[in-house]
Amino acid sequence: MTAKKKSLTDSTWDFLCSLKLAIITVLLLALTSIIGTIILQNGAPADYIREYGQANYELFKKLQFIDMYHSTWFIALLALFSVNLICCSIKNFPRVWKFVREPALVASAGIFKGSANRAEFSCKGSKEQVAELVATVLKKEFTKTILTEQDDKLYLFAQKGIYSRFGAYITHLSILIIMAGAVIGNVWGYKAFVNIVEGSSIDQVRSRNGTGPIDLGFTVRCDDFDVSYYPNSNRPKDYNSDLVILENGQEVLRKRIEVNDPLTYKGIKFYQSSYGSAGNAFFKIRATEKATGKVIDIKAHQGRHAQLPGGYSFAITNFTENDRNFGPAMQLHVNTPDDKHGAPFIVWQNHPELDLKRDGVFSFALLGFEQPQYTGLQVAKDPGVNIVWAGCFLIVFGSLTAFFFSHKRIWVCLEDNGKKTKVLIAGNAHRNQPGFSLAFDDLLQKIEATAKNESPKKEG
Amino acid sequence: MDSGQLFNITTIAYFAAMVLFFAYIATKNKTVALIATLSSLAGFLIQTTALGLRWYESYQILGADGRAPLTNLYESVVFFAWSILLIYLLMDWKYKHRTIGAFVLPIALFSMLWAQMSLHASIDPLVPALQSNWLTYHVITCFLGYAGFAVAFGVSIMYLLKIGKEEKHQGDEPMGGILGMFPSTRVLDDMNYKAIMIGFPLLTLGIVTGAAWAYYAWGTYWSWDPKETWSLIVWFLYAAFLHARFTRGWVGRRAAWLSVFGFAATLFCYLGVNLVLSGLHSYGSG
Ligand code: HEM
Repeated sequence: MTAKKKSLTDSTWDFLCSLKLAIITVLLLALTSIIGTIILQNGAPADYIREYGQANYELFKKLQFIDMYHSTWFIALLALFSVNLICCSIKNFPRVWKFVREPALVASAGIFKGSANRAEFSCKGSKEQVAELVATVLKKEFTKTILTEQDDKLYLFAQKGIYSRFGAYITHLSILIIMAGAVIGNVWGYKAFVNIVEGSSIDQVRSRNGTGPIDLGFTVRCDDFDVSYYPNSNRPKDYNSDLVILENGQEVLRKRIEVNDPLTYKGIKFYQSSYGSAGNAFFKIRATEKATGKVIDIKAHQGRHAQLPGGYSFAITNFTENDRNFGPAMQLHVNTPDDKHGAPFIVWQNHPELDLKRDGVFSFALLGFEQPQYTGLQVAKDPGVNIVWAGCFLIVFGSLTAFFFSHKRIWVCLEDNGKKTKVLIAGNAHRNQPGFSLAFDDLLQKIEATAKNESPKKEG
Repeated sequence: MDSGQLFNITTIAYFAAMVLFFAYIATKNKTVALIATLSSLAGFLIQTTALGLRWYESYQILGADGRAPLTNLYESVVFFAWSILLIYLLMDWKYKHRTIGAFVLPIALFSMLWAQMSLHASIDPLVPALQSNWLTYHVITCFLGYAGFAVAFGVSIMYLLKIGKEEKHQGDEPMGGILGMFPSTRVLDDMNYKAIMIGFPLLTLGIVTGAAWAYYAWGTYWSWDPKETWSLIVWFLYAAFLHARFTRGWVGRRAAWLSVFGFAATLFCYLGVNLVLSGLHSYGSG
C-alpha cells in the first residue's frame, strides 16, 4: 500500500523532472502559439462571424482562441513548463553543486580508463620530483593544481571553468524570473490610454481592457502638441507633446515626450502614440478700436459672431490658406450695435497694414489660425518590468556561459615504479571535446618533455 | 559608384563563389576551393563597404535623418545575406570544410538576387516608431541569429544527402564521388550543432532587444503580435533541439531534420509573417 503510494509520488516527480516532458511542452507551446498568429486576437464578434461563420465563432469562443495567449489552457501549459523547469533544476542542481563542493581530487581508476583523453609514460626521478615538475607545467599552461597523497600514490588535480556548469541553470532561472516579472506586471500593473486636448489636463486614464477609468493620483496637462513632417511629404517625422505633471495644483515635472521617448512619473509611463484634431479650428484675431487705439485679442470661430466693444460684433465668413500668393486670408464683416450687416472685407495675415486704411470703427489683424489637437498617449504601469530586464540580462549571460565555456579537468597520478615514476594523465571537458583534445595533446607533450627533462619538441 | 552598384558586384562575387564551390566538389581541386573562398571573402568585403556607403548615402539624401541601412525589406534581405557570409566565413576560418560553401552561398546569393531584382531600394525617411537605436540592435542580433540557423540548415542538407548514401554504402573504403567530398557525417552533425549554438544566443538577444524597443515605443515589451510570437516559436524549436540533442541523443538525422524545420520556421518568422500574416511590423509591404 505505502510502497505503491510512494511509487506514484515518485513517478509523478520523475515525470515532472523529465526532459521528455520538457521537450513535449516546449514543442506544444511552439505549435499552439501558431493559432494566435493566424486567428485574429481580441477582435469584435462580427469580425469572426464574417470570416469564419457563426458556428466556428462559437467553437473558437469555447476553445478560447479569441484571446488564446491568456486562455486557461495556454496558461496551464506555461505553468506546466515552469513546474517542469523548477523540478528538473531541483533534481539536477545537487549534482552540479557536487562538482564545486567535492571536486574529484583523486582520480579513480575509472577516470583513467574511461577518459577520451589520457596518456601514460614513465620517467626518471622520485614521484615527488616529477609531481613538482608536472605541477609547474600545469600551472603555467593550464591552472594551479591540488596535490593529494593516497595509498602511496601522488595525485594532482586541476580544473578550469567550473562556473560554466551553472550556465544552464542561470538560463533556466532567468526564464522563471522573466515569467515572474510578467506575472507581477499583469497583476499589479495596467495598460491604458488617454487623449488630452492641448491646454487641458486629465487625472484619469482608460484601461485598455475596458475595465473602466483608472485614477492616476495626479494630474497631467498637455501644454502643446506638435507634429512635424518630412519635407515635401505627408510622412510624419516626429510628434511630441509638452506634458506637465501636477500634484495638488503644483507643477512637479515637465517633459517634451516623443515616440520612443516616454515620460515616467511614479512608475507610470506616458508614451506618445497618436494624435488628432479636437473641436473646431479658431482664428486669433486682434481688433483695434480706431478712435481710442484700444487693442483686444479674440478667439473667433468661422461663421459665428464674436462680440466687440460698444455692442459691435463681427463674423468670419471665409478663410483660405493662400489667397493669390498673398498668404492666408479671411473674409469678415462687422455688425453695428443695431444688428445691421456691414459690407464684407478681406484681411490678409501677412499684410495687417492694409486693413488700417479701411473705413470703419475697428481695424482687424489675423494673428493666426489654429486647429486644436489632442495628443493620444499610451499609459502603462508595470512594476514587473525591471525584473523582466534582469531576467533578460541573465538569459543572455547564462546561455553564452552554457555554450561557450566548458568545465575542463585534468588528473595526474604518480606512482613509484622501481627507480622510475609512472605517470598517468587524464582529462575531460564537459563540452567542445574536439577542441579540448587538441589542447590536451599539446599540454601532454609539454608535460612529458619537461618530466623527461627535455625541451619541448619543435613542431613541424 | 553607388551602393547599388557595389551590391551588384557583391551578387556577382557570391555567384562566382557558388559556382566555384560546385566546381571544387566536382573536381576536388584545392586551388578552386581557395579561389571560391577568396571570392566569397571579396564579396563579403565589398558588401560591407556597400552597407557603409548606403549608410553614408542616407545622410546625403535625408540630411540629419540618415540611418543605418537596416530598416526596410530590401535592406534587411541584403543584411541577411551579409550575416550569412559573416557566420559562414567565421566557421570556414575555424573549421576549414570548404564544401560547405556550396550549400550556404546559394542562400546568400538568392537573398541578394531577390533584393536586387524585386525589392524597393529607395532610401526613405523613417516614421517615428522606427527611429530608435534599439531597432538597430534588434535587427543586427536577429539577423546574425537567423544566419547561424541558415548555416546550420545548409550543413543539415549536406548531412541528409550524405547519410542516406552512406547507410547504403558497403565496405570500409571511403565513399567516392561528390558525397565523398563532403565532410564526414559526424563532422556535419557537429557543425549543425555549432551553428545553432551561435544562432541561439543571438536570437535570444534579438528577442530581448526587440522587447526593449517595443517597450520604449509602445509601453509593452511583449504583446503577442504575430512577429513576436513567431520569433518565440523559433526560439522554442531550437531550445527543443538543444535539449533533445544532449539528453535524448537526438543527433544525426533527427537533429538535421529539426534544423531544417527550424530554418523553415525562421524564414516564416522573417518573411511569412509580413507577407502572409499581418502585424505591427512595418516592412514587408515593400
Ligand atoms: C525554452 C526554454 C529553455 C531554454 C532556453 C533552455 C536553455 C538551456 C540551455 C542553454 C542549456 C545548456 C545547454 C547545453 O549545455 O548544451 C540547458 C540545459 C538543460 N536544460 Fe534547459 N532550457 C529550457 C527549458 C528546459 C526545461 C523546461 C527543462 C526541464 C526539464 C530543461 C532542462 C535542462 C537540463 C536538464 C539541462 C542540462 C543541465 C546540465 O547540463 O546540467 N530545460 N537548457
